[in-house]
Amino acid sequence: MVTGTGGPTALESELRALAGSVPDPELPVVTLEELGVLRAVHVSGPGRVEVELTPTYTGCPAIETMSTDIERVLHENGIPDVSVVTVLSPAWSTDDISAEGRRKLAEFGIAPPRPHSTDGPVPLTLAIRCPHCGSTDTELLSRFSSTACKALRRCSACREPFDHFKEL
Amino acid sequence: MNSTPTDTDPGTGAGLGAETATAALALADDALILSHRLGEWAGHAPELEEDVALANIALDLLGQARILYTLVGDEDELAYLREERAFRNLQLVEQPNGDFAHTIARQLYFSTYQRLLYGRLATGDGPFAALAAKAVKEVDYHQDHAEQWTLRLGDGTAESHERMERACTALWRFTGEMFQPVGDGDGLDGVDRQELAESWLSSVTAVLRRATLTVPEGPRSGAWTAGAGRQGLHTESFGRMLAEMQHLHRSHPGASW
Repeated sequence: MVTGTGGPTALESELRALAGSVPDPELPVVTLEELGVLRAVHVSGPGRVEVELTPTYTGCPAIETMSTDIERVLHENGIPDVSVVTVLSPAWSTDDISAEGRRKLAEFGIAPPRPHSTDGPVPLTLAIRCPHCGSTDTELLSRFSSTACKALRRCSACREPFDHFKEL
Repeated sequence: MNSTPTDTDPGTGAGLGAETATAALALADDALILSHRLGEWAGHAPELEEDVALANIALDLLGQARILYTLVGDEDELAYLREERAFRNLQLVEQPNGDFAHTIARQLYFSTYQRLLYGRLATGDGPFAALAAKAVKEVDYHQDHAEQWTLRLGDGTAESHERMERACTALWRFTGEMFQPVGDGDGLDGVDRQELAESWLSSVTAVLRRATLTVPEGPRSGAWTAGAGRQGLHTESFGRMLAEMQHLHRSHPGASW
């Protein structure tokens, strides 16, 4: 790890863009950067790069594929020595998903997570909108869906079931 | 569990004190054994959504176990090559799945405990803080899942009510062990067990009452109750579960697919 640097260098920014462009293995419509799981890219020596990645869920099996994909992309771009480390703290939150990431999820048919209420005594409860027809009249079928990060819901208007990226 | 996941946070990998390692092993064993029990439901749950839900909860627990084992040693060796008496899990988590009500009662008791414990560990700066801060958000969903099912079964039909009541009573004697020390010392960052036990009881009591269930009255510690899991003593069904869980790895060391 490089110490005493003020911020990322031009090379680090470039490598971060490359690592960040890797698609999520389970939700390939969003990139790792948009998902908010890429924490840092450090150049620690000539041809040597350390990437910090945080898992969405503690048991997320996709993290190993993410690491392999990042290593491959950086190898292809001339970095022979890549190490991907997992960091747990601070814990990932669905608030880390970018606006563009949310837009892509909705377009893909997955209702994006609602933002956590920041403060104030009366948090506003936002309805979960059906990604197919846009109705806010939707019901929860199961708190757990095809992956740990999603819940299964059904739209009462168009009757289609859909996944909701649940708030974490 | 073939490949080592990746490194954990810097500074947590080495130099753990013996007390902390004992605590890490106990928490890891709880998570792994319950994960395996929940995995046994795959293909057998009352409905497809429930199959998926229990598998997802099992996966979260497995993730916790892997991170905790990595603090202690090699995860595969710890999971697959220890004998029954070396496991430090609560007897509660090794109890057979029983009917669905038994599984839900076990989930209610355990997820409430884990949510409260991790919530406290997350506020400290000890070796478990980073994992606890992350896992507690997932365990919130486990507890909510157990609570919703407890309400639905307890306040459901006469049959579901009776089964839920029977399950809550049957597992009650396993709940005192959660608040006993995990080893000789206190490896759990000074979490106040007494206060944890009181919070647990009030939380579980509130759910059972809303579900129109009777809060069991039997003893939770002392004679005729469970409480030796942390010392490596386990109930009869645990050996069979372990044999199934470890069989593949022991028969084919290093197998992967």
